[in-house]
Amino acid sequence: MRAIKVDDITESVRKLCMDANYVLPCDISDALEQKQRLEPWPLAKDVLGDILKNINISKEDYLPLCQDTGMVCVFLELGQDVHITNGSLEDAINEGVRQGYKDGFLRNSVVKDPLRRINTSDNTPAVIYCRIVDGDYLRITVAPKGFGSENMSRIKMCKPSDGQIGVMDFIVETVSLAGSNPCPPIVVGVGIGGTFDRVALLAKQALLRPIDQRNTDPYYAEMEVALLERINMLGVGPQGFGGKTTALAVNIETFPTHIAGLPVAVNINCHVARHASVVL
Amino acid sequence: MKKINTPLTKADAVSLTSGERVLLSGIIYTARDAAHKRLVELVEQKKPLPFPIEGSVIYYVGPTPASPGRVIGSSGPTTSYRMDAYSPTLLDLGQLGMIGKGDRSPEVIRSMIKNKAVYFAAIGGAAALISKHILSAEIVAYEDLGAEAIRKLEIKDMPVVVAIDSRGKSIYDAGPKEYLKSLINLGGF
Repeated sequence: MRAIKVDDITESVRKLCMDANYVLPCDISDALEQKQRLEPWPLAKDVLGDILKNINISKEDYLPLCQDTGMVCVFLELGQDVHITNGSLEDAINEGVRQGYKDGFLRNSVVKDPLRRINTSDNTPAVIYCRIVDGDYLRITVAPKGFGSENMSRIKMCKPSDGQIGVMDFIVETVSLAGSNPCPPIVVGVGIGGTFDRVALLAKQALLRPIDQRNTDPYYAEMEVALLERINMLGVGPQGFGGKTTALAVNIETFPTHIAGLPVAVNINCHVARHASVVL
Repeated sequence: MKKINTPLTKADAVSLTSGERVLLSGIIYTARDAAHKRLVELVEQKKPLPFPIEGSVIYYVGPTPASPGRVIGSSGPTTSYRMDAYSPTLLDLGQLGMIGKGDRSPEVIRSMIKNKAVYFAAIGGAAALISKHILSAEIVAYEDLGAEAIRKLEIKDMPVVVAIDSRGKSIYDAGPKEYLKSLINLGGF
């Protein structure tokens, strides 16, 4: 049994909140650079150029990439041989968010109640998911999620007879309906299978996979490539002004499901597809 | 690139065409969901607004806090359709410009045509870059709303695109169509 102190968890979350909001993962910035080179539509090329400039300014001047510094989603892989000591795991994570958002000059974007809408003023609570795994480590991934793109996400309980074509049509329709709103170019996270609740989580987890890695199952890898091609034929383009680059990638995650069901969820992320991880 | 100063005149607004890139300078005011709700409540109660609405440009933004030595933090646009319920009321009072991102409702576009107003798009997610064009920021109302407070901003050459012009022509409609048409012309299909 290995002990991990809650103070170390708080400090890690604090730092990850800041890192994620200031520096984009390389796979995303590399894809943006490549798409900018290949973009044939003049205004779209300019827009992608400004997005690349923004990434540099953010890094050099230490300014958050986007003013929507998100609601913090925290994904934990907790080894079953780990013992959390000196306090509560959930409190430790929320304290890390509180400190990271204050010390990093990040925006507080969370309201205490969805209808009465009073800001919690410290960006807590985080949305926390924990998976118990083998081993004696704790992996913490922090993904601050902006709501311009979150608001454009959808879920559908398809019929098994809808099949692959029905699922693909729903995904493309979701991106088309989102249009200019989620700050394209987007990353499309897709969940297929499981239950109503699990499929939404799969879609969000899909956004954590580097966009230069395809699904390990060739069937879904091919589907990811085909979907990206269809989405980039919509013509939406960067910011919805028209152009080739509507999405940077489609990532699909799956789970076994019921004989009567075919759940599909689409979680859209803007081009500021932020996440940062650490292993304790 | 065309340079435009704020506050706007109807002549300024009418001179702009959808798809044009523009550099904006002058005074603008920030407001998002919560501030718009309060502004429209003031109008319903026939009370004065906290800033001069005639010719004004409202930027839909909730900036990050300013770190020491800066006037403001990152300041990119938020999605505009959430303000659609409120915008026609303010346009009827003389507001002539809006800055945000994403498409607007038919009601807003009709009101823009009627009032000869213009809707600019700033690049969503280019918040650090945009903040470089903000020279000063001062809260003028609703400090309790934090990031959503109404701020008076002085901007210099802020890059925007005319998304919907005063005749109702929209880049969100025309841009993708023209791009797809160019593919057919090039034999891209």
